[in-house]
Amino acid sequence: MIDRLATPHQRRAYGRGGINLVESPWRANTVPYISILLGSLLPIWVLADVMPLAPPLGFLVFLTWRVMRPGLLPLWVGVPLGFFDDLFSGQPFGSAIFLWSLTMIALEIIETRFPWRGFWQDWFTAGLAILLYILAAMVISGASITPFMLIMVLPQILMSILLYPLLARMIAWLDRFRLSRSRRIG
Amino acid sequence: MAPASSRRSGFSKKQQYSVFTGYLLATIGALVGLGLLAISLWQPSVFQPLRGAANDAASPVGETTAAVRAGGNNTWDTISGFWNAGSQNAELRREVELARIRIAEAEAVETENRRLKALLGLANDEVEPIAWSRLVGSSSSSARRFAYIGVGSSDGVETGMPIHSERGVIGRVLETARGSSRVLLLTDSESVLPVRRASDQTVAFAEGRGDGLLRIRLINLGLNPLEIGDVFVTSGAGGYYRPGVAVAVLNEVTSDGGIAQLIAEPAATNYVVVEPIFEPLAVEASDVRERDELTDEELQD
Repeated sequence: MIDRLATPHQRRAYGRGGINLVESPWRANTVPYISILLGSLLPIWVLADVMPLAPPLGFLVFLTWRVMRPGLLPLWVGVPLGFFDDLFSGQPFGSAIFLWSLTMIALEIIETRFPWRGFWQDWFTAGLAILLYILAAMVISGASITPFMLIMVLPQILMSILLYPLLARMIAWLDRFRLSRSRRIG
Repeated sequence: MAPASSRRSGFSKKQQYSVFTGYLLATIGALVGLGLLAISLWQPSVFQPLRGAANDAASPVGETTAAVRAGGNNTWDTISGFWNAGSQNAELRREVELARIRIAEAEAVETENRRLKALLGLANDEVEPIAWSRLVGSSSSSARRFAYIGVGSSDGVETGMPIHSERGVIGRVLETARGSSRVLLLTDSESVLPVRRASDQTVAFAEGRGDGLLRIRLINLGLNPLEIGDVFVTSGAGGYYRPGVAVAVLNEVTSDGGIAQLIAEPAATNYVVVEPIFEPLAVEASDVRERDELTDEELQD
């Protein structure tokens, strides 16, 4: 279904070295998942006592991988990755499984509608997804929603949307690392 | 970027089926998630062992980040203290003078208390803390305000135990795992704490608003006696917290109480203490099981 490894004509672009180097399949297949899991794990170590401070980094990394590399993550990947995120996010269990799966389906549908996209459109899509995700996560968090919470969540939404271009650069770098030719053959 | 050519299913039956299966699996996944979500909203403790094990694994790293955070706070205090050292010095001198006088007064009160207690035959009940720990993390990206501490059921921590810092109440234990526990902070919108004004017996509830402030709701409505700057302490009602621990300072008066600011901010604390439940009997008594509750018909009779 998808090109998990680079096609031969792409190979020249990734890494230098001799002609006896190919990308390592192990690295190519694990880097996205490890980065998403780390993203889920990181916000737990920020101590926020006043308001949701940290952007939902796990979701952001997951979303950026999905938008930048369509087809790399299988459609059902929201279940295992959401499961891990739920262990640490403080949300009721199942919230990330549900929302991440919905995100995968929604992005897949958007992509069949608009196969050709540019960076700005990607940012718009991602921004919309982030906005809806944070609001939906707040609604199903089990907290009684007060008007103040709606105000307090705005900085988090804004920060997450503004973080997208930065994450896109980071994921692009990770993608280069993922496909760099490191395995020696022959 | 356009999707890769291999992702278009075209006329290939195999491709069409694999696309269909993908959608099917994702939909099933979403439904499973929704089911799990419903279960965990209905019975929050069902998935506690899973989460507990995960947090047990993550909390040792949290110890390190907590130490770094404490160090960072100290450095910042040192730098900001450097700027206004002179004027602060003079002010502190004056405050120390006053504090010495107050200590002398407090000692007098303490002796009198001891004498009166002896007269009544009351035992001097010093609370022995269960455990101490650092706040190793929090649910910083969620709308809920939970924190994690690095001690758990193997250290004797149980659900419901109050968490104090040296300044006042932080919250109470919500879930315990072997080596870590989840703490409901006072600022969470589900947290309610019975308090009283430190200067008199005006009782109220301190509810988290979800934006870092507490809403003080007076129990006896009428003329609002509160003033800005009033300090609230735990009243001991409910049985979880021992009475007299500092909670919040009022900074805005509303018609039914006020808005108060926390005294013990979790982000600024280094170590916290887990204390035993103040009156376990009272907690047990208030925990009415559902089948013991009277139905509406029974109440009307």
